[in-house]
Amino acid sequence: MADLTSEFVGIKSPNPFWLASAPPTDKEYNVRRAFDAGWGGVVWKTLGEAGPPVVNVNGPRYGAIWGANRRLLGLNNIELITDRPLEVNLREIKAVKRDYPDRALVVSLMVPCQEDAWKAILPLVEETGADGIELNFGCPHGMAERGMGSAVGQVPEYIEMVTRWCKQNTRMPVIVKLTPNITNVLYPAEAAKRGGADAVSLINTINSITSVDLDDFAPQPMIDGKGTHGGYCGPAVKPIALNMVAEIARHPETAGLPISGIGGITTWRDAAEFLALGAGNVQVCTAAMTYGFKIVQEMISGLSDYLDAKEMALPGLVGRAVPNVTDWQYLNLNYVTKAQIDQDACIKCGRCFAACEDTSHQAIAMGEGRVFTVKDDECVACNLCVDVCPVEGCITMRQLDKGATDPRTGTVVGDYANWTTHPNNPAAQAAE
Amino acid sequence: MPNTQRTPGVVPGRLPAGAYDQNFADMVAPLDAHEAAVAADRCYFCHDAPCTVACPTSIDIPLFIRQIATGTPEAAARTILSQNILGGMCARVCPTETLCEEVCVREAAEGKPVEIGRLQRFATDTLMTRGVQPFARAAATGKRVAVVGAGPAGLSAAHRLAMLGHEVVLYDARAKAGGLNEYGIAAYKAVNDFAQAEVDWLLQIGGINAQMGQRLGQELDFDSLRDAFDAVFLGIGLAGVNALRAEGEDKSQVRDAVDFIAELRQASDLSSLPVGRHVVVIGGGMTAVDAAVQSKLLGAEDVTIVYRRDAQAMGASAYERDHATAHGVRIITGAAPVRVLGNGAVAEVEFAYTETGPEGLRLTDQTFRLPADQVFKAIGQTLKGAPEGLELAGRKIAVTGAGRTTLAGVWAGGDCAQGGDDLTVTAVAEGRDAAMDIHAALMG
Ligand SMILES: Cc1cc2nc3c(=O)[nH]c(=O)nc-3n(C[C@H](O)[C@H](O)[C@H](O)COP(=O)(O)OP(=O)(O)OC[C@H]3O[C@@H](n4cnc5c(N)ncnc54)[C@H](O)[C@@H]3O)c2cc1C
Ligand SMILES: Cc1cc2nc3c(=O)[nH]c(=O)nc-3n(C[C@H](O)[C@H](O)[C@H](O)COP(=O)(O)O)c2cc1C
Ligand code: SF4
Repeated sequence: MADLTSEFVGIKSPNPFWLASAPPTDKEYNVRRAFDAGWGGVVWKTLGEAGPPVVNVNGPRYGAIWGANRRLLGLNNIELITDRPLEVNLREIKAVKRDYPDRALVVSLMVPCQEDAWKAILPLVEETGADGIELNFGCPHGMAERGMGSAVGQVPEYIEMVTRWCKQNTRMPVIVKLTPNITNVLYPAEAAKRGGADAVSLINTINSITSVDLDDFAPQPMIDGKGTHGGYCGPAVKPIALNMVAEIARHPETAGLPISGIGGITTWRDAAEFLALGAGNVQVCTAAMTYGFKIVQEMISGLSDYLDAKEMALPGLVGRAVPNVTDWQYLNLNYVTKAQIDQDACIKCGRCFAACEDTSHQAIAMGEGRVFTVKDDECVACNLCVDVCPVEGCITMRQLDKGATDPRTGTVVGDYANWTTHPNNPAAQAAE
Repeated sequence: MPNTQRTPGVVPGRLPAGAYDQNFADMVAPLDAHEAAVAADRCYFCHDAPCTVACPTSIDIPLFIRQIATGTPEAAARTILSQNILGGMCARVCPTETLCEEVCVREAAEGKPVEIGRLQRFATDTLMTRGVQPFARAAATGKRVAVVGAGPAGLSAAHRLAMLGHEVVLYDARAKAGGLNEYGIAAYKAVNDFAQAEVDWLLQIGGINAQMGQRLGQELDFDSLRDAFDAVFLGIGLAGVNALRAEGEDKSQVRDAVDFIAELRQASDLSSLPVGRHVVVIGGGMTAVDAAVQSKLLGAEDVTIVYRRDAQAMGASAYERDHATAHGVRIITGAAPVRVLGNGAVAEVEFAYTETGPEGLRLTDQTFRLPADQVFKAIGQTLKGAPEGLELAGRKIAVTGAGRTTLAGVWAGGDCAQGGDDLTVTAVAEGRDAAMDIHAALMG
């Protein structure tokens, strides 16, 4: 059993799996049960300033996208920050932290963009004994209309300013949560770093409409015949989140800034991917909301087995894939592969054929008895067939050795060479 | 002339040479990785899952299936084995159709449960083929426990006790450990000598000294055991059999089904095992089905199970009854044997139809006869050889809590002890729980 103990911006937790700020962390009852189930830490549901709390809609809050087997792939919500009074949350945070000193407890905050508002709330949070704060600049709905959340998160100057206020007014580590609803995630990340953030966490939810009611003609979730855009999360957003995490991890200005990875993490494998792309720990919301707190056990056993199998320690995994994230023009154009179909594993559905014949390169032949084979002289190695095949591992990509001739192009596989020096590249020619 | 299915009497080699391997191959084929992925994907990861509740060893089924689905079958195996150290055998022999799979929410929704048993086998086979024992022993406690009976109950207790740091001596009357896993379970449920492979793997934990050929009441003296050890666990199963109480029962070729099955399980060459042309099996449980089906697979021309009550009352589930009939076994219900006829060896059995009246089951005057070269009695096993001084509850050793008998320092579990169904998985659960209770008692 690998050691999963994690330290993120000085905050220790028995494992790198935290629950993200959301309904699972909105009250003491939930958080205690989450810790009992094995979660390493939580980011408490976002608190607002003192006074009457925000109110939520009283109709449905969620829209959803499903895959086969009605597996929940994407969830969207129109919920706001906590709708419970500040003092109740603070009292509960203190009680939980006292009883679970070994778990990470970070408090998410969203108050108006004025220094006094932040100065007022920070000491109250500090007093609970919480380990850190997360600034919620991400919430895409409701709060933005009130000049908070992603309204701030979309303006780098505001991020920098608020981060600085917080750093000046508290000794707690400050994590800045980023919204994906921007064109380039590097700007807000850089701003957070300039403001002195100890870390960034991402992603928050993505502006979305999941579906439209075709009888009532309104987006769902529908409230009295109307709907509004919500925040999208769950497995569907993982690729977007991974890219943003990788961008921050490899960008020279932001490299080294600790990252808490969030977005669609459902299994140990998803978590390991975020870690490999530079996240120091991960946060989970939708998976817990779909399957319950118990999934953390699978994340723990899975990550532990993986690290053991790789003979790797947890810190050794963090960022391990970052050096291999590059720009397209540096990819090796002399890396030549061909699809190959394992005839024993093939169930003869013909999906590879349809995909290649109808929409790609006509590189798969259909023979007598539904035998599907790859035509090496047509295969461009796009791997669409691999992705549409229902049997994992049935179609694989085989690399041509150096010196071999690619039957499609007639050229001999040579040493590493990329687009920057390719004869067809006008820029490359111009440089000559 | 070689024997055929129509050769009269009880003879070996009724089938062509290649047929035996084919007939006694794995009854349910193992899942390959693709099949396991597809099967695992169907699980809904239910909360407080009904399947787990139905499992006598309370395996966290949704968790292990999720671990398979996420590509970590060895983690899945640890989830299984931490609750049920014979998870490999149970995956093969559990009547899942009346346990976990019966209550799977997808059985309720679509009549097609998640294939829990096969997934369990996929996980445990993956770990066991690597040959590693995933559990380590705790620091030695200095306590010594005698476990009598190396069947599922005894093996489970011994493993758990060893894991907790106790020294275990495991005794069994037979030549091999495994109990009915080795001598009773149908051959096609545990192919490739799985029972012994599992015992060897289980013993890898260390701290278990297995001594075979030691029968309590003969080589072993109960009082000396109690003196020499800090605790004694009895998992001696049901070594006796019920009598038929039909006239002519003592004719030759009228045998206990369990003996026939044990012989079959130990046979190195099934083509040398004699079987009747006309076989009659009397009884209605798993043993009856297994004796009947295996007779058929050995080449008997016709095999009939005769049970005295109606089909619903049979110990064998509908699934097992279908398994029998699919192999060509005929099942007659509502008839009981009255006479075994024949000159020296059995030739026919006479049955009377039964009727249920206010005073219970009674025989009617209507009778019929079935030709029989071989008759197997499968009308239930009984406790035999339980030490003096133990109180019984009905026909089993009386226990309270986690297998505490009426004698201080003596625990019992499995088929020999009161409570629970007579199943492998129940024996494992009882052995494990008794071990935990022994541990608590010894460590104070
Ligand atoms: C033919 C048959 C088929 C079955 N099929 C299935 C099935 O498919 N699935 C299922 O779940 N269950 C099945 N069962 C039931 C299952 O095998 C038992 O419930 C289970 O084996 C009970 O385990 P146990 O450890 O209590 O007893 P056993 O497995 O009977 O083991 C008892 C052990 O104690 C030893 N012993 C007995 N007396 C003494 C003594 N005096 N001194 C020393 N050692 C002694 C025996 O040699 C034996 O090794 C079947 C049973 C039979 C008979
Ligand atoms: C119902 C709901 C409410 C949420 N509320 C908050 C919030 O109050 N503060 C916050 O920072 N993020 C909030 N989030 C976003 C999550 O913390 C997380 O960033 C997002 O859901 C992506 O992770 P996931 O794909 O694991 O769900 C909320 C998400 C959901 C589904
Ligand atoms: S009942 Fe069926 S679907 Fe539910 S957890 Fe168990 S195996 Fe999975």
